[in-house]
Order: sequence, then C-alpha cells, then structure tokens
Amino acid sequence: MTAVERRLAAANLIIALVALFGGVVTGFFQALEYAGIDVYPSLAPVIRSYYHSLSIHGVLNALVFTTFFICGFLPFMTSRALSLPLASPRIGWLTFWLMTAGLVLASIPLVGNAATVMFTFYPPLKAHWAFYIGLTLVVAGTWLVTLNLALTWRAWRARNPGTRTPLAAFMSLVTFAMWTIASVGLAAEMLVLTIPWSLGIVVGTDALLARTLFWFTGHAIVYFWLLPAYVSWYTLVPRQAGGKLLSDPMARTSFILFLLLSTPIGIHHQYADPGIHQGWKLLHALLTFAVFFPSLLTFFNVVASLEIGGRARGGTGWLSWFLRLPWGDPSLAAQVLAMVLFAFGGAGGLILASFSVNLVVHNTAYVPGHLHLTVGSAVMLTFVGITYWLVPHLAGRPLWSRKFALAQVWLWVAGVLLFSPALHELGLRGMPRRTMMGHAAYMQADWKTLLPLVGIGGSLMFLSMLAYFLNMVLTVTVSRRAEQPALPFAEALSGSDHAPSAFDRWRPWLVTAGLLVALAYGPTLLRLAATTPLNTPGLRVW
Amino acid sequence: MAPRRSTLYLWELAWILPSIALPVGMLAALAVTAFGAGINVAGDRGRIDSTKVAEHPLFKDPGVAQIAPGQYEVRMTAQIWSFAPNEIRVPAGSTVHFWVTSKDVVHGLMIPRHNINVMVLPGQIGHAQARFDTPGEYPIICHEYCGIAHHTMGGKIIVEAKP
Repeated sequence: MTAVERRLAAANLIIALVALFGGVVTGFFQALEYAGIDVYPSLAPVIRSYYHSLSIHGVLNALVFTTFFICGFLPFMTSRALSLPLASPRIGWLTFWLMTAGLVLASIPLVGNAATVMFTFYPPLKAHWAFYIGLTLVVAGTWLVTLNLALTWRAWRARNPGTRTPLAAFMSLVTFAMWTIASVGLAAEMLVLTIPWSLGIVVGTDALLARTLFWFTGHAIVYFWLLPAYVSWYTLVPRQAGGKLLSDPMARTSFILFLLLSTPIGIHHQYADPGIHQGWKLLHALLTFAVFFPSLLTFFNVVASLEIGGRARGGTGWLSWFLRLPWGDPSLAAQVLAMVLFAFGGAGGLILASFSVNLVVHNTAYVPGHLHLTVGSAVMLTFVGITYWLVPHLAGRPLWSRKFALAQVWLWVAGVLLFSPALHELGLRGMPRRTMMGHAAYMQADWKTLLPLVGIGGSLMFLSMLAYFLNMVLTVTVSRRAEQPALPFAEALSGSDHAPSAFDRWRPWLVTAGLLVALAYGPTLLRLAATTPLNTPGLRVW
Repeated sequence: MAPRRSTLYLWELAWILPSIALPVGMLAALAVTAFGAGINVAGDRGRIDSTKVAEHPLFKDPGVAQIAPGQYEVRMTAQIWSFAPNEIRVPAGSTVHFWVTSKDVVHGLMIPRHNINVMVLPGQIGHAQARFDTPGEYPIICHEYCGIAHHTMGGKIIVEAKP
C-alpha cells in the first residue's frame, strides 16, 4: 500500500461523487414531476425535458457513480488485503484518465440533449456517436483495472505460494473477472452495432439484437454494483459491528457462484420481447433462481456475523441483539440499513424474474421501485457508508459530523420507504415506468392517489443526499487534519484455511463461466446475428 | 465462546437446504402456471422487415376482426406516438389476440391487469392474448420510452356488456 493507491482511490471517488450529485439533483426533479409539480419549464435552458433529465439521472447514477466508485474502491481493498502496491501505477493512472476522457466525451451529448436515450439506449433511438464511444472507453478502462488486479495478484502469488488469497482480494478479483466476462456483450453492441451506425458507416440496426447484447451485460452489471458492497459487508462490517465473519469458505463459495451465474441470466429482462423462444427464457429464469442461492448464502453469513457482533456487545434474545449493534457509527448504520432494504429489494427482484409473473409488472413503475431499493439503496447506501470512513482516511481529516451523517442515513431510509413501496404499488396498478406522468394521456384515478408519496419520498431522499454532500465537502475542507487509519479487516470464525484450495485456481472457474454463457446465449445470439437484415434506420425523436 | 466447527457446519447446512428448496419450489410453481394454466410470455413469431410494415399481410390493414365465435384478432402497428387502431371494441367474454409490430423505434404494449405486456420492436412480430370478461374501458399503454411525447401514446379497449 503506497500513496499511489490512495491517490487513485481518491481521484475515482471524486468523479463518482460529482456524478452522484448530478444524478441526485435530476432525480429530485422527476420525483416532483410525479407529484404533479412540473419544474421543467423553468429549467428549460439547461434541462430540456423530463426525458433529458431522466437520461442524465440514469447514466450518472447507475453507470458513472457506480463504475468510478468501484474502480477506486476495489483496487484499494485488493492492495491492502495483499499488502502489496498495485502491479502497475502507470496502468492505474492510464485507466483513470481513459475512463475520465470517456466520461467527458459521453457527457457532452448527454448534457446537450443529443443522447436522451436513457441509460439503456435501446436502438433505433439514435444518440450522438460521442455518447457511445465515450461509454465504450469507460468500459475499456474497467478491463485495464482487471488487468492491473490480475498482475498484482500474480506478484503476490509468486511471494506467497500455497497460501489462500486474502478474502477481500479474492472477492475483488472475482468481481472484476465476472464483470470482464459480462461486459463483452455491451462492448459487442457498441463496437459492432451502435458505433458504426451512429457514425453513419452502417445505415441500419437491429432492435432485438441490440437489446439482447445489452442485457447480456445489463443484468450482470447489477452484480458488478452489488459485489463491491458485499466485499464491504463480508470483510469490514463484521468488525465494525464488534464481531467476526461467520464463515470465510461460505463467503468464497457465494462469490464463485456469482462468477459462474451472474451473466447467463440476462434474458430474464427480455421476457416480454418477441423473437426469443420461451424455452430460452425459461432457462434464464432457472439460472436466475440459481443465482438467488449465493445471495441467500450472503444473507445468512452476513447476518450471522452481525449477530456475533451484537452478542459480543451484550445483546441477547432471538432478535434483540440487533439493537445492540453500534448504531452510533454512521458507516455501520448505513450498511446495516442497506442490507435491510436489500432484503425487500431482493424479494421484489425475484418477482420480476419470475417468468409469467413478469407480465404483471414488466416495464411498470414497479421496476424503478425495485431499482431504488437495490442499486439505489443496497449499493448506494453501502457506498455512502464506506465513504464515511474512506474519505476521512484518504483526506487525513475526521468526518465533519457523525450526527449529521446518522441523520442523513435515517432520512434516506425514511424517504425510500415512502418512495419505493408507492412505486411498487403503482406498478401493480399498471402505471408505466419512464413516463412523464404529469402529462400522461391515460392517467388513472388510482394512480393519482399514490403519486404524491413518490414526490414526498423523493424529496426526503434528496434532502438526505444534500446533507451527505455537505458533510463530505466540509470533511475535506473544514475538518482539522488528523491521521485517520483505514478500517481493519474482520477475522473469520471459520477461516480461509477451511476453504477448498480449488477456490484459488482461476482457470476452471473462468472456463466454466464462459461455457455457461456460451450455452445460455450462444444459440440465440448466433441466430439473431445470422438472420438480421440490419436495416432499421435510427431516429432522434426527442 | 466461539462455537465448535461442527456446530458451525450444522448451522450452515440448516440454512443451505431450505435455500435450495425455496427457489426450486418457486420454479415449479412458475412452470405450472406458464404451461399448465397457459399464462405465458412472448415467444418467437418471426421477423418482419421494419421498413416495409405496410406491405406485410398482417399489418397492411390494421384493425379488429372476429376470427371465430368469442375470438377476436387485433392487427396493430405502433409508431411515434400512436397505436393503430387506438380504440378497440369487443364483447365481454372475448379472447383477444394481439399481433403487433413497430414502424420506427421500440414501443411497448400493455393493458394493465389483463396479462397483456409485450415489447413492440421494429423487425419483430409480437403476439399476446388475453380474455376480457368484465365490461368496462381499459387503457392501452405504450410502456417503453419512445421519444419526447411518449406519455401521450395510448389507446383504449372497450369491453361491452353482452346484449
């Protein structure tokens, strides 16, 4: 661990948090719109429409904030866990600048209303080419992170033959290995379909082929967001809670399963798509249910670790140990509450993934309701909890206010518990997602009664995030300098020496993961690619 | 006092077994509803040339037609920002088969609470079917972002009480 890793982490964090700020502000406007307060006319010179705002919101929050945070956090964790500097600081900085250049390139059309295509950018909606090339550069940057982590691990292995990879490093490597396999779909969509088409080299596109390549990556990307949160839950939170991780081998098992099963399940986002046979959809449903299993393992292991902490602090009873957790620590409070919210988000996600049940909720308000519990809360609130110790550590200044941070965390929970249940229910009542509801032609009476809750919840979430950013800014500017040590890793009751040594071999797992992807996607992708006339013209209709 | 390793394994097993049983049970329930009760998701109905929708026999004359007693067929095109047809009348108790495609960007076809939920893609023929038993007026909604006036894209299906 040298100053380079800290600086790299800090640089990535700055971009991540600036993006999050933009995403949060645009999100607030949308929540108001749902509640019947149309602020867009007064924003007209900058934000041209509800859909412009929504595209910015999705890209900044779901793509930029997450990716930059992860590319800062996991190399930092790997380097600490291995007690080694990154193999190549040069690749590290090259990665950062490549991703930043990509972000700037993509942001120009995005902010300029030339890429109002949502963060899913389904063709034939056609954004400016800079949007696609910029995002592709960001993805290429993440591959360089994988390379750097792999080289670092190799250097560690050469010095430590025969020992188990430390858990945090193992999990970080698995996360990036999984992502690198998964991102092939998105890269192919960009390089083969959207970039040549947006540049005018190819005249037409294929909506279904593009969607299938997108969702190849598009579901695994949620694990790319989630697994770094799990890294914190497994390797740091048990100690923050005053206890130990229950089982290191069980933790590794769940991550290996995520490596194998995160990608060959993307078609569960396309149950409603014509052109894909139900048999393939059912196979993806089956594998989606299989990937529920490692999440259940995580639930057990992490909650048991919290229980060990709660009991060590004098907690008793079946459930009341939970109250004995160190709730005064905002970093822990944020992450434990993120877990609680994720329990609901995960259950709701299973409903979305449930094949025919998906007919009821596909593309309704249920989906953003789900997303704000999962990536919006489980992931975002965990990352916020991490920054409550990581930013002070990197800045060498204590957190400006712990009380303010605690208030922020609880305010978010209060807000999202109004916002998300309301959206779930609106979805069940048939309200579509991504729609400017205040002006919808088909507004229903039983939607109108619930929409104000979305506005109130969203406003509380916005206030919570303003408190967060204020705290962060004051921490790095006003707090008096004082060394802030990084959090120590948690010990495990059942340690890494109990884990099978096969977990430290990469090739068999990577090959199996590749085979599963080929089996689940190969025939469909080959058929679509072989039969596409590639003749649907692009349109800019916003 | 830390628990013994054998105790740990027992706890783990007590969690793992139900964790396998639960998704397996849910999946079985899905298979039963999808293939037993016939509530199924969209499948593969073939491609269509998205630039020549009006020449395709299914879509050259969009509209509603009775194909058998109690069976109606809706041949529908979606385009920015409308459905054709955008008003459908059927008697209560009818089964309605929707055939749908897009002339431009990606749209969606949803009739809430009636299991009609299918993406409308240029280049693909979409199909969905449902029974409409209760008389009333139900919205037909485009549920995929399709441009600046996406929220205006809708229609209605009027289920008429039998005389």
